[in-house]
Amino acid sequence: MRFEQPTAPHARPLTSVPVVMRRVLYALVPAALCHTWYFGPGLLVNFALTVAACLLTEGLVLRLRGRPTRHALRDGSALVTAALLSFALPPFVPFWIPLIGGAIAITLAKQLYGGLGKNLFNPAMVGYVFLIVSFPVEMTQWLPPRMGDLDYRPLTVGEHVSYVFAGRLPADLDVDAVTRATPLDLVKEGLRTGRSFAEIRGGSLFGDFGGRGWEWVANFIALGGLYLLYTGTIRWHIPTSFLVGLLAPATVLYLVDPNGFATPAFHLFSGGTMLGAFFIATEPVSAAGTDRGRLIYGAGIGLLVYALRTWGTYPDGVAFSVLLMNSAVPLINRYTRPRIYGQRRG
Amino acid sequence: MVDYVFERHLSGGILLPANKTTSTALPIRRGFVPKRLVLALRQHRGNPATPVVRVGDRVLKGQTVATAAAAPSAAVHAGTSGHVRAIEERPVLGGNGVQPSPCIVIEADGRDERLPDSAAPAWPGDAASRREAIRAGGIVGLGGAVYPTADKLATPVPCKTLIVNGAECEPYISCDDMLMRENAAEIVAGALLLTDVLEAPRCIIAIERDKPQAMEAIEAAAEAVGDARLKLAEVPTIYPAGGEKQLVELLTGEEVPSGRYPGEFGYVCQNVGTAFAVQRLCATREPLVSRVVTITGGGVNKPQNVEAPIGTPIAELIELCGGYNGGVARLIAGGSMMGYSLPDDETPITKATNCVIAALADEVRTDTFEWPCIRCGDCAMACPSRLLPQDLLVAATTSDYGALATLGLGDCIECGCCDVICPSHIMLTERFRIAKRASAARERIPVTKPGKD
Repeated sequence: MRFEQPTAPHARPLTSVPVVMRRVLYALVPAALCHTWYFGPGLLVNFALTVAACLLTEGLVLRLRGRPTRHALRDGSALVTAALLSFALPPFVPFWIPLIGGAIAITLAKQLYGGLGKNLFNPAMVGYVFLIVSFPVEMTQWLPPRMGDLDYRPLTVGEHVSYVFAGRLPADLDVDAVTRATPLDLVKEGLRTGRSFAEIRGGSLFGDFGGRGWEWVANFIALGGLYLLYTGTIRWHIPTSFLVGLLAPATVLYLVDPNGFATPAFHLFSGGTMLGAFFIATEPVSAAGTDRGRLIYGAGIGLLVYALRTWGTYPDGVAFSVLLMNSAVPLINRYTRPRIYGQRRG
Repeated sequence: MVDYVFERHLSGGILLPANKTTSTALPIRRGFVPKRLVLALRQHRGNPATPVVRVGDRVLKGQTVATAAAAPSAAVHAGTSGHVRAIEERPVLGGNGVQPSPCIVIEADGRDERLPDSAAPAWPGDAASRREAIRAGGIVGLGGAVYPTADKLATPVPCKTLIVNGAECEPYISCDDMLMRENAAEIVAGALLLTDVLEAPRCIIAIERDKPQAMEAIEAAAEAVGDARLKLAEVPTIYPAGGEKQLVELLTGEEVPSGRYPGEFGYVCQNVGTAFAVQRLCATREPLVSRVVTITGGGVNKPQNVEAPIGTPIAELIELCGGYNGGVARLIAGGSMMGYSLPDDETPITKATNCVIAALADEVRTDTFEWPCIRCGDCAMACPSRLLPQDLLVAATTSDYGALATLGLGDCIECGCCDVICPSHIMLTERFRIAKRASAARERIPVTKPGKD
């Protein structure tokens, strides 16, 4: 008998890119359901639109680059970018916002750098930053959670879809009547105008730690993050150092001046903290590549998020922080190479 | 009570499906007499042995057919009685895959007549003569590296610890496990013989945690001997915990510097099979004429371990184990991580062959599709040498020899961990082998051998 002679190792690979991407998507399902429960169908509509934009532009650019599309479109990476972007977007935006965001994320941040594995910056965050800089009005159309005691009439699915695609709202409503400031906005504005944090937190949109509804979405995102840790899809270094980098200054400054600064718990359960720590900063391509490097990278993002939230112009800072630290990755990698077995330190 | 040595840290490594249970269901099949033997003169690392028989000679089991050349080298013996039919080049598995190499071909007469005991030399009294007896006995490292044991026992510095390696971390292979279960007393005695030759104050027998029966047998045998130099160690079931440098790290916390050998630092590793062979040489005067080989894989009917004469064609062993059951996609000599694929089953087993896997298509990787590297870093986490395979890949694809050297290409032991854990299915190990050859041609980059024994 004669046999083929490939080289070792002969064992089958233990995992694959689509498996990894699929796990990330599964991990976001509970948070997506929770988000839909509190904020209506916006997230799902955004997801459908970003997926369409991401897959279409990915296929188109690959075709233009003369690259095969079959595996690239099925590897799930475009879906992950779409999912992360949808979570970052306000749930109440016209249809062209997610379309442009998805297209920018894939073309500008991913394919122009060479496609999967070549991007220097997190594609979803590039898409998000492009949108928030270009369309500040639409990008701040956040909805309040659907809770009975709030003075607010939630839109029906039909009304929501009619706004997204046709820009029409029921006659008795306008955009301002439907949307609300986010808890991060309220805190930033309140502190700026000299109100104490405790006073701001008394508002009806605030829950136990962060915003009502928001904090539960954050919980479910963290749950998904734990699933990713458990399955070995991500490792502990970036989420841990991200959260430490955010909570350390938050704790110190809150202890120094409890009226002038938000509680560490508020930072933990608000805005993009959990999504950033577990899903965005952990995006491997644009993150640091060594264990020590990842600790530095995550801590840097956490610190920047705190600084941007506290002293920046925008209410949240996850996207900017991630992109800033992305640009520091080559430097971090260079100085955090592990000592090779049997080679001397230094 | 035998003392246990606590394990230290091991860098990298991965958990792999063991695939060892099918071949450990039956006891070791002993006493097999092959029809033919193909004995390569280079059964070991170092210089090939010098033939001392001629075509047409009748040889007996245990008779020297080729004597050791200048060190490092070891003798080669006939594994059964028969006639020398040819001394010619045959395809044999060596350190660089299957290549034509000079062989002595013996046609067995089926009588399995042994060389009379009086013809074999007695076990000498001093260390130097014992090493020469081991060399003349053809004993080499049976863990797969086949470095002549006599040369490994001549350490440049006094030996601090002899590590007897029963880790057997690679999937599918179970020959050491079965040998430990069935011949624990001989292995312990052999370990002490080696300790004597080395004049080492301590001997650690290291066994992976997934071999409780072997551990129990060795512990009982060690207790029966009651030698204070003997220690045991239970090492974690992580591939490649049985790599020579990995085992030294795991048991002593010390790292063998890049490009150097454990022996230079007072640590000598010997495989349990080697210890068994030394004991047999000392007690029965029988040189290394056979070894235990695991015949396994989904493509063979009765997977089991066979004590096979060195030089037995693999086809005969497959037949002994019930033959193929169809659909064999690949024939592998060694384990599924570092083994060599064979072109056909006429290839004989050598002293290095610890395992033969007749693998079905679903047991091995059959495609070569790769996604781009997503820089997940799992390869770096798995690398036992703490290299950054993802960066090495970039350096290799750009032929950046400087970066390859800085990133420690020479320290890659080609264990295959990065390959198997890579979600992008990038064939890193093969690229690194190519890069090593390429950069060696350009400049001298120190290359460590994948020591396993």
